[in-house]
Amino acid sequence: MSDNHNSAGGVPTTGHVWDDDLADLTNQPPKWWMLGLTASAIWVVVYFLMYPAIPFAVNGTFFKGIGLPGTGKWTAIKELAEDQKVLDDVRSKYENKLKGMTPAAILADKELSEYVIRSGKVLFGDNCAACHGQNGIGTIDKHGLFAPVLNDDDWLYGGTIDNIHETIAGGRQGMMTPHKDSLKPEQIDAVAKYVKALSEGKGDSEQAGKKVFMESDCTACHGPDARGMQAMGSANLTDRIWRFDGSPEGIKRTVTDGVNAGPDSRIAVMPSFKTAGKLSDTEIKKLAVYVYKFGGGVKDDVPAAAPAAR
Amino acid sequence: MSEQVQKAIAETGSTASLYREHEEWKVNSGERTVHAKRMPGRFRTLKYITESLWLILFFGAYLRWNGKQAILLDINNRQFHIFNLTILPQDIWMVALLLLLLAMTLFAVTSVASRVFCGYFCFQTAWVDLFTWVEEKIEGKPNARHKLDAAAWNGDKIRKKLIKHAIWLAISIFTGISFTIWFEDAFQYWHDLLSFNLSMLEWSVLIAFTLGTYILAGFLREQTCLWLCPYARIQGVMADSQTILPAYDVRRGEPRGRMLRTAFADEPKLGDCIDCFQCVQVCPTGVDIREGQQLGCITCGLCLDACDFVMDKVGRPRGLIRYASLDEMEGRPVKKLYQHPRTWVYVGILLLALSGIIYGLNHLGTLTLRVAPERQPLFVRMSDGSIQNKYTFKVLNKTDKDLYVKISAEGGVNGQIIIDADKQQLVHHGKASGFTVFVKAPDENIKQEVTNIKFRVENTEDPAMTAEYLTVFNGPKH
Repeated sequence: MSDNHNSAGGVPTTGHVWDDDLADLTNQPPKWWMLGLTASAIWVVVYFLMYPAIPFAVNGTFFKGIGLPGTGKWTAIKELAEDQKVLDDVRSKYENKLKGMTPAAILADKELSEYVIRSGKVLFGDNCAACHGQNGIGTIDKHGLFAPVLNDDDWLYGGTIDNIHETIAGGRQGMMTPHKDSLKPEQIDAVAKYVKALSEGKGDSEQAGKKVFMESDCTACHGPDARGMQAMGSANLTDRIWRFDGSPEGIKRTVTDGVNAGPDSRIAVMPSFKTAGKLSDTEIKKLAVYVYKFGGGVKDDVPAAAPAAR
Repeated sequence: MSEQVQKAIAETGSTASLYREHEEWKVNSGERTVHAKRMPGRFRTLKYITESLWLILFFGAYLRWNGKQAILLDINNRQFHIFNLTILPQDIWMVALLLLLLAMTLFAVTSVASRVFCGYFCFQTAWVDLFTWVEEKIEGKPNARHKLDAAAWNGDKIRKKLIKHAIWLAISIFTGISFTIWFEDAFQYWHDLLSFNLSMLEWSVLIAFTLGTYILAGFLREQTCLWLCPYARIQGVMADSQTILPAYDVRRGEPRGRMLRTAFADEPKLGDCIDCFQCVQVCPTGVDIREGQQLGCITCGLCLDACDFVMDKVGRPRGLIRYASLDEMEGRPVKKLYQHPRTWVYVGILLLALSGIIYGLNHLGTLTLRVAPERQPLFVRMSDGSIQNKYTFKVLNKTDKDLYVKISAEGGVNGQIIIDADKQQLVHHGKASGFTVFVKAPDENIKQEVTNIKFRVENTEDPAMTAEYLTVFNGPKH
């Protein structure tokens, strides 16, 4: 055993010895340190009593503490409410105006439409993007387009600001009868070829399909010119935008099984956000303006029907 | 014995008094206040001239230009006004170049002539000089000051100290005020100050600068240069053997020795240095330059004045301490300035920064345009088959009134249409206004996924006021 070069200088040790000659001195901590520790311990008790720290929650109530001298009882919820009030005060200037305005009037006001786009973005992300995709780019599932793209100028139910507002508030439910019983497979094949050609501006090249289209029940909803009717949400078949799937197979499937008409059919349902009660009237107006501004909004004075395809 | 030495020895009667002022020297480690002697001379005069440039700090802010403060660094409103020029945050890259320019100027000057900034221009040097000047006027010469410091407290000492600190504080307060008024209207600030109406921030800045000046110039003094200032360290490594700096000619001066009244040697064996400590006496940082180049030396040249004065007095040539390079002092061949490549690198970078600033100032423009193409979706197919892109425009209007712009585009896709191109967009002054622009192009004309397109905004009332931005038009793969 080596000599101990670091003698403890007479200070008593704890008695444990490690590695031959290491021991702990039993020095007292400094007085200032002990005082600090004691003061901290006392402060813990004071703090515990002043703030809502005791986790007893009976019937939704909890121990709220005895409060702070001068400022009363503090809770995180109260502080949150105060912070929110600051925000609300800033917004109320705009929000109060929005209450009495129509969506069209909001759209016409540059400052207000800038304002609603900010909150519209958040509302859209929370409520709409699940189906329509972030920024309204649509979502695609294995059957094709699940929910319509909102940035384009093709609108099943109309693209004016009031149309869009009505759609969000009331919801929409598409419908198309299945034709697997009324049309033979080769007729379905022909009519699918016809509408495909129609969208590319070459409708007359498919006379067989055109005959089927004109003579069966297609024209009842889509019209003899195949441009659809926005009042009932029937699609315009002459433009380049397809609600579900624009491939020949996809078109055939839509014609065969229809929309919202049985287990195999395509699904096209948009809930009513008014009856759902999740959004306030103002929020629906904000969303209408936001969606309009994606780039496809149709001005009121422009005829709703799109011009014929090239 | 040469005639010269005889003459010198004859004069030691008057030089002997020099020795009484200073007997020894220790490395300055801060436990002792340096009370430097003031001696007139070339460098002393030069130092007064260069230091007086700081008067601009005190009085420059009151200069008016077109009814406004000529130079106003308005941080609150995020704009700098320099005479007719207004610099907005978007031009702040020039400030980075300005800092580079200043740093390179410092480096270049330091590599040529060592710490010129420290010795002649630095605010610490200037304020300490001012403070010790005040001190000398009130407490007397260095010897008297040392005595006063050591003396017991009595009425006279209290009176002198009180007056000195009062004047120091007054200078400090005025410094704090003079600093602040560059950042807001000077006259408004004085009005607010005199009516005790400053904001919390203004009070804090004033107090911080007052205390900072008082403590740094009054108490820390040369200690600031020794251990607080980073530039002292940075500049130390800028000097090399070609750099000229105040240096003691060892070969000429050594062996140093006192001039004795009774010289009994036939030949003078001593060097030119008579070890009178005058160079140490006058040094504001308490350096003995004869120990060689060192961190404490701020290269102010005051020891040159002192030594030349003594050399004149003892009849020896001037320049025992002089501006010289290490090469010269050690007898190596002295290179010319143009043979110093490092200096040229500094000058090169300096000129690059300068040309960047000149370019920037000439291309400030009154309108700037930024265009961000929408990223999601990159493009949208419209019902007629055409492809539409969405762009967010940000137009910064640097004029002092709102204006309207119209939008046009160059390049892009054949047959493209800017939706609502005839619509005039309002652009608020002094800030960036944003709006959305849609561009639609026929699908068959899109040859590639990404096509360059250059947008232009033009003031509707002044067609010369335009701004352009090059961005892209996105389309599908073909």
